[in-house]
Amino acid sequence: MNSIVMKQDASTAIRELLAYLLSSSRVDAVLTMRQVPETGSCDLGLITDPSGMVEAEPFLPVMTANAGQALSSISMSGKRIAAVLKPCELRGFTERVKREQGSFDNLLTISSICGGVFPLEKVISGDLEKLVPRYIEKTARAEAPRGLRETCKACEEFVPMNADISVSVTEHGSLMHLHSDRAEEYTEGFEGERIEARADQSHIDRMMKSRSAAKGKLFQSLEKSSGLDGLVDLFGKCVGCHGCSRVCPICYCQHCDFESINFDYNQPYFQESLEARGALRLPPDTILFQLGRLTHMSFSCVGCGMCSDVCPVSIPVAGIFKKTGERTAGLFDYVPGRDSEEPIPVMVFKEEELGDIG
Amino acid sequence: MISDKHDDFTPRITSFLCKWCSYTGADLAGTNRLQYPTSIIPIQVMCSSRVDPVFLIKAFLSGSDGVLMGGCHPGDCHYETGNYHTRRRFAILKEIFDSLGLESDRLKLSWISASEGPKFAQVSNEYTEQIRKMGKNPTRKSVFL
Ligand code: SF4
Ligand code: SF4
Ligand code: FES
Repeated sequence: MNSIVMKQDASTAIRELLAYLLSSSRVDAVLTMRQVPETGSCDLGLITDPSGMVEAEPFLPVMTANAGQALSSISMSGKRIAAVLKPCELRGFTERVKREQGSFDNLLTISSICGGVFPLEKVISGDLEKLVPRYIEKTARAEAPRGLRETCKACEEFVPMNADISVSVTEHGSLMHLHSDRAEEYTEGFEGERIEARADQSHIDRMMKSRSAAKGKLFQSLEKSSGLDGLVDLFGKCVGCHGCSRVCPICYCQHCDFESINFDYNQPYFQESLEARGALRLPPDTILFQLGRLTHMSFSCVGCGMCSDVCPVSIPVAGIFKKTGERTAGLFDYVPGRDSEEPIPVMVFKEEELGDIG
Repeated sequence: MISDKHDDFTPRITSFLCKWCSYTGADLAGTNRLQYPTSIIPIQVMCSSRVDPVFLIKAFLSGSDGVLMGGCHPGDCHYETGNYHTRRRFAILKEIFDSLGLESDRLKLSWISASEGPKFAQVSNEYTEQIRKMGKNPTRKSVFL
């Protein structure tokens, strides 16, 4: 595959590419992680002025919002956008496109073989500065850095599935792989040696090994929360804020059913529940909320980990959704975000299937 | 948590039955004076695909000992393809229950046509028996749901 050799580190090279795309008017805006050099504070930003690129940190190992979710509506603005996305953000976006909540038409997607991200608490505590240099070293050696999001440690989908451009960083240097005609077209004239190369497979294999082991451990650790008692224990702490669904790249409903009048608990509801059980948990239906959400979207879960990260009471929502989601998607050999042409399992059916169920 | 395993109770089986097939099948069982248990609590819906799995979960968590979903046979849905979607959603729901260690046998999907009064009676009897063996749903008494 046609690839561009990056002389500097990957972040600098992509920053230059983004600046080139803006100044040559190939794109109108760039979506990337940014970091303010003075304060270290970071966010996801949309940049139109090439001079703003100094703040771009395209591969900052932090996810303040799933960029796939953020990209959703701006991708339909008609503006041409270059977006730097983590593989799971790109998959999240792809799932949204399938739901008519985004479009690839005016988009150049740039992703990379992903070392994972740190939980937001590391940003808040100010530890990020210390963690990043070590993170870069470790990922270049295909080792797992400490302190990542639980679902990142366990993520086996760290190779971008359908990006226009993907970046691979190995101990032998960094490469920009051009996967599409659009990638070729947009990078035309951008400086850098062109070679025929693929991402280093042995590097990927080594990463996969530690990820798979961590996934096994993660799923194992969730076994103790199994059964009704386990779920009561798990979601007993839930404050019902619905933050987990707000930050989910798949949960796109503007009017979530669980926030609708259907779940507007009123006097008769309380009366009835009290009569039936003699007591009632408040806020009610925290388990129903999660089970319901699992039926609505688990097969599309990309395991980005946003939900766990924002949960104020540290419920391992992401681990549960990743584990259950793999099973529900697996029923239909579905891989969320693999291919924008692959229909969502609940939108299609085969006449002959699931014969043992009804 | 309370789990009464003695089998002399009358289970409560919340049953979502589509108007065009299963509900009519239930009616036919009635007019033909076929015996079926009082455990079945029928709710008529226009099509099985109208039932968001959330309804089934709500019934389960509210203490139904069993939850029955009845629809037209595949290919016979009044709205042509509704029940194919029901079937996928139901498979997903069961998988979720299994993955979380919940009793997925408390959920049942059955295709019963308008002319299958005897099948309706049979499914009702057999499912009631199965649920009776499983005992009361622990969600009946659990408060922290
Ligand atoms: S879940 Fe996977 S793709 Fe997403 S940030 Fe973590 S390691 Fe990267
Ligand atoms: S983020 Fe946590 S507390 Fe808030 S609704 Fe989700 S699980 Fe409950
Ligand atoms: S009308 Fe009976 S399943 Fe659709």
